[in-house]
Amino acid sequence: MQLAVLGGFVMAGMAPLLHRWFGERTPLVMALLPAALAVWLLARWPAIAAGEVLLLEWAWVPGLDITLSFYLDGLAWLFAMLITVIGSLVLVYTGDYLRGHRDLPRFLVVLTAFMMSMLGLVLADNLVTLFVFWELTSITSFLLIGFNHGDLSARRAAQQGLYVTAGGGLALLAGFVMLAMAGGSWSLAELTARGDALRDHALYLPLLACLLVGAFTKSAQFPFHFWLPSAMAAPTPVSAYLHSATMVKAGVYLLARLHPALGGTDAWTLSLSLVGAFTMLTGAFLAIHHTNIKKLLAYSTVMALGTLTMLLGLGTPGALVAFVAFLLAHSLYKGALFMVAGILDHETGTKDVTHMGGLRRVMPRTAMVAAVAALSLAGMPPLLGFVGKELMLESALGAEHYRLPVVVLAFVASFLTLAVAAIVALRPFFGTLRRTPRTPHEAPPGMLAGPALLAALSLLLGLAPGRLDDLVMATVAGLGAVDHEVHLSLWHGINLPLLLSLASLVLGLAVWHRWDRLRARLARLRPLMARGPEAGYEALMAGMVAGAEWQTRMLQNGHIRNYLVVTLLTLLGLVGHALFFRHAPSLDVPVEAYLHEAVVAGLMVAGAVAACVMRSRLAAVAAVGIMGFSIALVFVLFSAPDLAITQLLVETLTVILLVLVLFRLPRFATLSTPTERARDVVVAGLSGLMITLLMLSVLAGERLPRISDYLIANSQPQGHGHNIVNVILVDFRALDTLGEMFVLALAAIGVLAMLRFHAGDHEVGRSLPREHDDG
Amino acid sequence: MVRSGTLILSVAARLLLPLQLLFSLFLLLRGHDEPGGGFIAGLVASGAFALYLFAYGGRAMHAMLKVSPRDLIGFGLTLGVLSTLPALWQGEPFFTAQWWTIPLLDFKASTPLLFDVGVYLVVLGSVLTAITALVDTDREDDA
Repeated sequence: MQLAVLGGFVMAGMAPLLHRWFGERTPLVMALLPAALAVWLLARWPAIAAGEVLLLEWAWVPGLDITLSFYLDGLAWLFAMLITVIGSLVLVYTGDYLRGHRDLPRFLVVLTAFMMSMLGLVLADNLVTLFVFWELTSITSFLLIGFNHGDLSARRAAQQGLYVTAGGGLALLAGFVMLAMAGGSWSLAELTARGDALRDHALYLPLLACLLVGAFTKSAQFPFHFWLPSAMAAPTPVSAYLHSATMVKAGVYLLARLHPALGGTDAWTLSLSLVGAFTMLTGAFLAIHHTNIKKLLAYSTVMALGTLTMLLGLGTPGALVAFVAFLLAHSLYKGALFMVAGILDHETGTKDVTHMGGLRRVMPRTAMVAAVAALSLAGMPPLLGFVGKELMLESALGAEHYRLPVVVLAFVASFLTLAVAAIVALRPFFGTLRRTPRTPHEAPPGMLAGPALLAALSLLLGLAPGRLDDLVMATVAGLGAVDHEVHLSLWHGINLPLLLSLASLVLGLAVWHRWDRLRARLARLRPLMARGPEAGYEALMAGMVAGAEWQTRMLQNGHIRNYLVVTLLTLLGLVGHALFFRHAPSLDVPVEAYLHEAVVAGLMVAGAVAACVMRSRLAAVAAVGIMGFSIALVFVLFSAPDLAITQLLVETLTVILLVLVLFRLPRFATLSTPTERARDVVVAGLSGLMITLLMLSVLAGERLPRISDYLIANSQPQGHGHNIVNVILVDFRALDTLGEMFVLALAAIGVLAMLRFHAGDHEVGRSLPREHDDG
Repeated sequence: MVRSGTLILSVAARLLLPLQLLFSLFLLLRGHDEPGGGFIAGLVASGAFALYLFAYGGRAMHAMLKVSPRDLIGFGLTLGVLSTLPALWQGEPFFTAQWWTIPLLDFKASTPLLFDVGVYLVVLGSVLTAITALVDTDREDDA
């Protein structure tokens, strides 16, 4: 399985190559991979249904206790199945949606990479591995939202999605670290078994808070919900796949996965059920403001995600059953509806439902699919959505805390959702045929196959919900409710949830009927809405830019003398503090020096003084050179030939570089005022004094065991070399050296960039071809 | 700014370049046991090319070098990273040094040597990149 996921990444990278071989059929070919994975998962079903847990172990970084182990139980199986099945359908759909698009290969690369990241996320057993896949989904989502990168709004939406989810990712990382500390393991399987110890741990509240921020940002919970509707700038296959069926459920998945480990406390119940219920209401309420079909659906996704979070918060076995049923139902109908929205956009050229009408005559099959999927969204029998909604209302009625507000919010959300379903399914297809930017035709089969299959599943599973009993039971076991008997059915008799459903049907249809007038009224709320969380995000971003500008002006102002002063003062402050307050500096060091050593030291001082007072640049360079060569002499005196040679060579090359630079500099002039020079003298003098004191204290202090003894002893036996300096560089500390090689390379690139591309030279491209005539 | 130099410089540069390059290779190969090593050898080689550049100009130096200095940096970094991989092949931790003796020459081949060659190329490439960039901007100003 791990090989399949890693292989999937390789295949993602090969998409451009495949596109060369298979042309327009590439998405179909690539759909074979998730389809094959789905078959593999199906073959594991008997074992999973029997309550077995597959642990596929694979060491990754054994030294850090990081494994690439996969953990397949009912919960992971359900998510993996959704990812692979909807993934293959979306790939087939993409084949027609982006037919002939110039950037199809790029799209396929990122989409397949996302698919594999998501699969890795739901299967991972190790927290670090899970986090890596989690971040990969954020990055691929960023690339997919910004797919039309020529469009400013798409770029902004992509950035917004990335900042919100990756910012939450940071909190999540902190939460994971605390979780591993508190639970004593990085393995999810082991952590879920240690629930009691975790709940009583002192770190429980902080780690829960961090994990919740991570999960809430990913799953677009209030007040982070705003990035999801913006993400609708992505091509529709992406919206259908990432932003309704899979990625946004990653946060919910994580909460579900951690439910046995962390759930059941007051903090958990309170935060999840209230945030979830409020998100549910926000999503449903904001949905009816919009006429853009994708935004309508996006807000109803926010509502669904809120519902899922709320159900996890309620945490009773019944609520967990409702969670699974609602999750499955939502993935099926929302995936289908988004694909239908894509068809409408593709065929009519508009996303605005008020501009469409009567399309059922030109595209009857699409209308049929849309109707079935929308009925499921509305929670109408006999669709799976009905089963999910009934269970949801039942669990809300069974809530142990805050029953009344939860029930009221759930009820309001359910009738507003019904109105959304009616708007999406009735507006475009009924009424008189309206003129749209493009003349609509029936959708091509590739685009219709996906939504049709998903809608059909919604219907079939709705008619026979008993077929899901095993799946729900296995999944609920993964959520902590082991051995809970599940019997889903369409008809529960006349009870309170059914009556609530009937009431919501009436109210929902009323909202739909008066939608246009309602929208006009709601428009008056705009100024209030403009102060929502999104405004907060914008303010935060603007503040960050302003802060960056300020610190650039203050610190990074391009004047090397200021950099030097700031650096030296910081050094003085920090070293001085440590030296005087932590250790009493001692000057009690017998200083013995031979005459020749004193001469060399005197040369250095003379060189430094001369460099400062010289009136000619060439003379100053020569004076600095004297200092450098004296340092080389010191190395020779203390028998470090390697350092001496290096110092000499560096001095030589410095002279060469200076010669090249000197001609380009303006005439030597005194630009600083006497006060500034006095300040510089003080700073320089203090720094010198401080370093001297530091060196003396180091020499006077107690001797720690010296590393050089070890190096001298082991250089030949272990490093096979007599030159200890070289053995350190290329063997003992080779990783450091490698890092420094990269630093050197970056410095060279920096020099090149600085010299080639002058500030204000906007025609950067012009100077590029030059390098070829040089080489 | 940099034009072909005097007769003495030209002749000296032509004679010294091969000698200096040989010397740098010598320093590179003996570096593990005697003073020397990739960093020093790289500096010596850059000095050699810099001298040649002063004598004959940037174009001649590029012709002599055949590859762009920036490519040298790339080769060097790649070699440095590649030299860490044989350890993984042997099932040992990343970066563990591997030693082989080539029998006929009685020469110790090793991943640290490969790594040192990488250092050599990066140093040479970086210094030459900086120098040629400076020389090229000079020429732009003259034009």
